[in-house]
Amino acid sequence: MGVVVFPGSNCDHDAYHALKYVMNADVKFLWHKETDVSGLDIIIVPGGFSYGDYLRSGAIARFSPIMQELIEYAKKGGPVMGICNGFQILLEAGLIPGAMRHNEQLKFICKDVHIRVESTQSIYTSTLQKDQLLKIPISHGEGNYYIDNDGIKELQDNDQVLFRYVNAHGETTQQANINGSVDHIAGITNKQKNVLGMMPHPERAMEQLLGKEDGKQIFESVLQVLAIT
Amino acid sequence: MNASFMSELTPKEPTVNLELALDHGLTHEEYEMIIDCLGRTPSFTELGVYSVMWSEHCSYKNSIIELKKLPREGEHLLVEAGEENAGLVDIGDGLCCAFKIESHNHPSAVEPYQGAATGVGGIHRDIFTMGARPIAALNSLRFGSLNTPRVRYLLDGVVRGIGDYGNSFGVPVIAGEVYFDESYEGNPLVNAMSIGIVKAGETASAIAKGIGNPVLIVGASTGRDGIHGATFASEEISEESEAKRPSVQVGDPFTEKLLLEASLEALQTGAVVGMQDMGAAGIACSSSEMTAKGGQGMRINLDLVPAREPGMTAYEMLLSESQERMLIVAHKGQEQAIIDVYEKWDLHAVVIGEVVEGDHVTYWKDGEVKAQIPAEHLVLGGGAPQYVREMKKPAYLQETQSADLSGLTHPENLIESLEALLHSPNIASKRWVHEQYDTMVRTNTVQGPGATDAGVIRLKGSKKGLVAKTDCNGRYVYLNPRRGGQIAVAESARNVVCSGAKPMAITNCLNYGNPYKPEVYWTFKESLAGMGDACRKLNTPVTGGNVSFYNENPESAIFPTPIIGMLGVIEDVEKHKMSPSFKNEGDIILYVGSSRIGLGGTEYLKVIHKLTTGDAPILDLDVELKVQQVVLKAITSGLVTAAHDVSDGGLAVSIAEMGIFSSLGAQIDLSVLSGSIHEIWFSEAQSGIVLTCQPDQKETLMKHLLQGGVEVVQIGTVQGDALLFEGVGSVSLDHLHSIYESAIPKVMS
Amino acid sequence: MFKAKVSVTLRPSILDPKGKAAHHALQNLGLTNIKGVRIGKFIEIDVQASNEEEARDIVELACNKLLANEVMEDFDIMFEY
Repeated sequence: MGVVVFPGSNCDHDAYHALKYVMNADVKFLWHKETDVSGLDIIIVPGGFSYGDYLRSGAIARFSPIMQELIEYAKKGGPVMGICNGFQILLEAGLIPGAMRHNEQLKFICKDVHIRVESTQSIYTSTLQKDQLLKIPISHGEGNYYIDNDGIKELQDNDQVLFRYVNAHGETTQQANINGSVDHIAGITNKQKNVLGMMPHPERAMEQLLGKEDGKQIFESVLQVLAIT
Repeated sequence: MNASFMSELTPKEPTVNLELALDHGLTHEEYEMIIDCLGRTPSFTELGVYSVMWSEHCSYKNSIIELKKLPREGEHLLVEAGEENAGLVDIGDGLCCAFKIESHNHPSAVEPYQGAATGVGGIHRDIFTMGARPIAALNSLRFGSLNTPRVRYLLDGVVRGIGDYGNSFGVPVIAGEVYFDESYEGNPLVNAMSIGIVKAGETASAIAKGIGNPVLIVGASTGRDGIHGATFASEEISEESEAKRPSVQVGDPFTEKLLLEASLEALQTGAVVGMQDMGAAGIACSSSEMTAKGGQGMRINLDLVPAREPGMTAYEMLLSESQERMLIVAHKGQEQAIIDVYEKWDLHAVVIGEVVEGDHVTYWKDGEVKAQIPAEHLVLGGGAPQYVREMKKPAYLQETQSADLSGLTHPENLIESLEALLHSPNIASKRWVHEQYDTMVRTNTVQGPGATDAGVIRLKGSKKGLVAKTDCNGRYVYLNPRRGGQIAVAESARNVVCSGAKPMAITNCLNYGNPYKPEVYWTFKESLAGMGDACRKLNTPVTGGNVSFYNENPESAIFPTPIIGMLGVIEDVEKHKMSPSFKNEGDIILYVGSSRIGLGGTEYLKVIHKLTTGDAPILDLDVELKVQQVVLKAITSGLVTAAHDVSDGGLAVSIAEMGIFSSLGAQIDLSVLSGSIHEIWFSEAQSGIVLTCQPDQKETLMKHLLQGGVEVVQIGTVQGDALLFEGVGSVSLDHLHSIYESAIPKVMS
Repeated sequence: MFKAKVSVTLRPSILDPKGKAAHHALQNLGLTNIKGVRIGKFIEIDVQASNEEEARDIVELACNKLLANEVMEDFDIMFEY
C-alpha cells in the first residue's frame, strides 16, 4: 500500500500509522516527486493542506509529478483512496466528478459526525451493510461538495454515492449536513468504482483509546477484498 | 580588502544622536552605555540593532531580575530556563518534551488574524528549532466584553488566524481557554503554547561555535515585515500605533510546514552545529544570541540574504521579522548536506557568513561594515540592561480587600443564578471556538477541548501520555496578586491531576501593563512571588516562558495575567486517563477539599452582582498539595470514574458541567457542607475536586482519601436526566445543556 | 445605477503566500517566463447615486470600512459605463 506525501500533507503519517500499526498492512510513503507506483495494491491520497490549500484546495498538488502515474494507475483499475484533501486533489485531477466549495457556514469545522453507507458495491464497503452508520470525524474548511443536477443523476444511476452525512438516527436532516454538500454527499467513487473520494477521516477513527473505531471497518473491507495483510 | 568602516552619514541614513536613540525606544542611559561599549557613536544600523535587542521583548530588561527568583531547576529539567529556545524535560522511555508559551498581543490588537497566526507559527518554531516535532498546541485568549462589536471582530479574527495557521501546519489544538472582561478592552491577549517530542540525545542547541564553520539562512526570503515589531511590543497601544506599522507580519503555514520537515531532516544529517529560529528582531537577534552563547564571533554578509524586495538596507535586513526563517551553523565542509535537504523541500538555504575569531558580530553590506558589536553586549544575561523598577502597592487594593460582602442581597432563586452563570461567556461552552481548530490531526488526541479539564495526548510507541493545560484567572491576580499567582499554578496542576497525570513543570506567559508604573510593577513582583510559592510546593519548576509588558490602552491597564502552561505526564494513558463527565447511573458523587467560603473575585459576584471586588479565593498550598496527591493516587488506582476540579462558578457549576457533558443527571444534597448557601454553591475557594465512583468502591475510596489527610463528604448520586438539588429545586439537563451551548454562538451570529 | 469595479490588492511589502505558491506551481508547469504572481480580490458593486462623484465616495467608504483591510491592502475603483 502506498501513501502519497505532498508538501503540506499532514495526515500522511496518520494514514500510515493506521495501516501499518492498526491494520498490520505493508505500507510505504510515496514522495510526490517519485513516479514509480508499480507493485502497489492501493494508493492512499491523504488529508492535510497540500501546498497550503493556496489558490484552491488540491489545485496545485494535482500537477505534482506523481499524479500522472497515479492517473494511469487509476485508469487501469488500480484502487485509489482520497481522504479529505486527497478527495479535493482527485476532483481537481478529474478522476472523480464534481468540485469542492467552502463550507456553507464559512468556517473550518472539526468534529465527529455520522455517515451512512449508501452502497456496498465497492471494495471500500463490500463487507459493510447498506444503511449502516459509522461515526467518523471530519476536519475541513472546504468540504461542501458540488455537482450539477445531471451529475447527481449519473451518480445515483451508477450507484457511485458511497456515504452520506446523517444524524445519529441515520436521517439526512439539514442539521446533519455539516457543510452544505449537495445531496448530503460525504463520499463517492468514479464509475469504475476503484477510485474513492471521501471528506471524513477514517484513519482518525481506528482506536478506542482515541474515542472512535468505525474507520477500521472501511480498511478491513479494503484489505479483505485485496486479500493482503 | 580593508574594512571600509561605517560612514556615519550614508545617503538616506539619518544622523545618529540622542534624539534618534530616544525615538528608537532607548533611554538616555542606554544610549550612553552603547557609546561607552563601542568607544564611538553607533552607526544607524548599530542603533537599530541595539534598539531591538534591548527592547523589553528581547532583553526582558524590566523582568529578568524577578524571573530569576522563580524555581528553575528540577530533576527532570534538561536545560535551565532561558538557556535554549524552549524548556526541555525528560519524560522517560527515551523521550524528551520541549514546550513553551508565548504572546503575540500587540500585533493581534491591530491585525487579529495575522497577529494570532504568526503567534502560532512563532511558538511552533521555538519548539522545532530544538529538534522536537510539535505534537500539540494550546492557546489562552483574553478579550474585552463580548457585547462590543470590536471584541467580536477580534475574537473572530484571532480564532480564524489560530485555526488557519495551526490546521494547515498540522498540529492539533488539545486545550485552551478564552475569557472576557472589560479590563482587556482594546488590548486582547493571545498566548500560544506548543509541545514537542524529541528522542533523548537528539536535541539541537542554539549555539554558534567552531571558527570557520559556515552560517546559513534557511526558509522564506526576507522582506520588510514587522520591522520594529519588537519595539512595537514594548509600547502601549495608542491611536498612533495603528498608523505606525510599516509592515504587518504575514504568516505562511505552508512554508512553515516545509521548514519543519526540512529542519528535522537536516538535523538527522549530523551536519548541524546549532540552529535558532528567527522571531522578534530576526537576523539581529538569532545571530547575536547564537554567537554570545558560543563565546566566539560571527561575520555575516547581508548581500547574500535572499531578499523578497529590492533595495533593502542593512538596517532593514537585520531588523526584519519576516516569518518562517532559521539561522543554522554547520560543520565546515558539511554544509552541502544541509543545503540539499532544504532544496528538496523547495526552501532557500544560503551560506551568508561564518563563525570567526573574537567576540563581535560583524554585518557587511555593499562592501562595507555596517555594524560591528560585541555579541555579549547585546544579549540578555550579557550587556543588555537589567532594571529594578519602582514599586508601589496599588491603592485600590485597600478598598477591594476590605469590601464587606456579607451585606449582599442574594437572589432567591439559586437555580436561575446557576443558569445565568452557565450562560456567561466565561463559563459557557467554547465549542464555537474549538470546533474551528483541528483537534485530532496526528491521531494522538485522547482528550481534546470541550468536556475535559485538560488536554490528553498519547505517545505512540509508549504507554505514557502527556497532559497539558493553560490557566490563569486575571481577576484573582488583580484582587490579590500574591495569591492569584499561587492559584494560577495550583489550578493548572489540579486540572492536570483530574485528567490522570502528575504535574511536572510549567512554562509561563506573563501579561502585564506598563512596568514603569509602580503599581503595575509591584503587582508583577508579587504575583511572581506567588507563582514561585506554588511551584516550589507542588514541585513544578519553571522551564521558561515569555513576558509581555505594556498591555494597556488609552483607558486603563489589563488585569495582571500570568498565564501558566502546565505539563504533566500520565504513566499509562489507557488506564489512567480521567474525564469530568458522569459515567454511570448510581455512581456516588463526592466532594473533596475544604469549606466553600468566600465570594470575592467570583464569576457569581461579577455576573449576578456586577462587582469585581473582595479578596481572591482562599488557598492553602499544603492542603492543595495533599488533595492533588491523594486524588491522583485514587485515579491511578482505578477507584474513580469521574473527576472535575471546582473553579469558575464554584461547586454548582462544576456539578452542572459534569451532568451537561454526560447527559446524566444527579440527586445532590449540599447541606452536608457548612457555610452560607450562596457560598456553598458559588464560592471559588481552591483545592476542591468533585469525584465519582461506583457504589462498591465508595468505602475504599473514602478510606483512601481520609487516610491521605483530606476532607471528603458524599454530596450526591448520579441518576436520571435532571439535576435535583435537595431543598432547592430541580432543573432538566436538556435545559442546562441548551443554555450552556447557545451562549456564545448566539452572540457571534 | 453606477457599477463600480474594485480591485483590492496587498500592499507591495506584504508577503503573499498564495501568490508565491501559484508562481511556484506555474514554474513547475513550464511557464518560466512568469516572474511573479500576486493575488488580490475583484469586487463588483452596484451603487445608486446622483452622480459619479457621489457614487465614488460611497464605494470608497465601503472599501475603507469593510472591503479592504486597511492595515495590509490598497484598493482601486473604476466605473463601468
